[in-house]
Amino acid sequence: MNRVVVVGASAAGLAAVETLRREGFEGDLTLIGDEPYAPYDRPPLSKQILSRTWREDRLPLRSDEDLSALNVELRIGTEAIGVDTRARTVKIASGEALPYDGLIVATGVRPRALPTARGHLLRTLDDALNLRSRLEPGRHLLVVGAGFLGAEAAATARGIGCRVTLVEPAPVPLAHAVGEDVGRMLSTLHSERGVDLRTGTGVAEVIDDGVRLVGGEVIEADEVLVSVGSVPNTDWLEGSGLRLDDGLVCDEYCSAGPGVYAAGDVARWHNPLFGTSMRVEHRTHAAEQGMAAARNLLRGPQGRPFAPVPYFWSDQYDMKLQAYGYLRGHDEVALVEGDLDERRFIVAYRTGDRLTGVIAAGIAPRTLRSWRQAIARSAAWDEDPPTPSEPTRRAA
Amino acid sequence: MRVELDEPKCVASGQCVVEAPDVFDQRDEDGVAVVLDPHPPEELYDQVNEAVAICPAAALRLVRE
Repeated sequence: MNRVVVVGASAAGLAAVETLRREGFEGDLTLIGDEPYAPYDRPPLSKQILSRTWREDRLPLRSDEDLSALNVELRIGTEAIGVDTRARTVKIASGEALPYDGLIVATGVRPRALPTARGHLLRTLDDALNLRSRLEPGRHLLVVGAGFLGAEAAATARGIGCRVTLVEPAPVPLAHAVGEDVGRMLSTLHSERGVDLRTGTGVAEVIDDGVRLVGGEVIEADEVLVSVGSVPNTDWLEGSGLRLDDGLVCDEYCSAGPGVYAAGDVARWHNPLFGTSMRVEHRTHAAEQGMAAARNLLRGPQGRPFAPVPYFWSDQYDMKLQAYGYLRGHDEVALVEGDLDERRFIVAYRTGDRLTGVIAAGIAPRTLRSWRQAIARSAAWDEDPPTPSEPTRRAA
Repeated sequence: MRVELDEPKCVASGQCVVEAPDVFDQRDEDGVAVVLDPHPPEELYDQVNEAVAICPAAALRLVRE
């Protein structure tokens, strides 16, 4: 293998590039990104960047020095528009075709827009700077969609003194993801902090001075942020012969076809730990899968299945939520420690007869890690709760 | 080699402790990472590299001295 092209210059793509070098790949390495920036971190966009707590110069994931030590051809502001899997070339917007022996696809997701495509979106640094420039104390921000991103942006906007309305079509925000009880706790948290939360309310379109609801009512606002989920960036792979189905479809080795691997938000792969196909849009996952895809590309038949315990966190006001495992499609949710109202708790998720996830706030790190270990070893639901004394074990 | 932690960046995910439990721990009160061994032995470099790469806040570095 002499030439590797990595498409997507964010957390997953960067992790792939670093891993290739660390594992001894000495050939030509190209990292392509469509944004005009070197790899930077996205989670702070809805928090420290929006709140002006951090300047943008804290976002780069690596220093210039670290990047140049990687000996990678970094092509930022470059859009990949196609791949020829037979000739093994990636076509970029300029018309140039870049040959590869190995290709890692890490093109992430883009925010879903509402029909008129108006309102702010929040995915890139430019999005965040644009929204930030419009937020001042007393201004009214309306957030469409109370998922984790929308909820974090709402919390940050309250922190800078904006009036905030949070509009969500579901009766309980995030209930499909974390269950009704945790969803209700989050609703209470936002209401307590003065967010006007309107659940069971669908937005039809963004208009000049706010939004028009499905029923025709208009809610006026100075700024509208649309955070209604995301779409995997796979358009450029149409017609390539690679399988696309809500993401680039991969096997348990993160392989999508001969010499082609995928990592991060864009990758739908089979996670053998949970026995299901999944696509995970979390920051830690992007790095983890970037590393796994790079290793498996180099190892070929000696590769290892990628079987992680997904992890995410969400900062809302002074509460940090942390979750391990795969919560989607759970059969049962149970409070196993603490109290939701006190915002110190562990909630566990059962799928079939297994413990498949936990979500927690205000819990000692050692205790939480012991639950992670229990998920990693596929603990049965009716086992005794894990204890912090359990020795730390590395994930498969 | 020396392990550096940019503490204000740490998001308390604890991923470093999972990867390299002999080198990192977390503070009980807020989960922020603690470097137990800033000069880990060479046999732990792989684990530390893994922890640096997986840190969701890019708060860790392993630097040559």
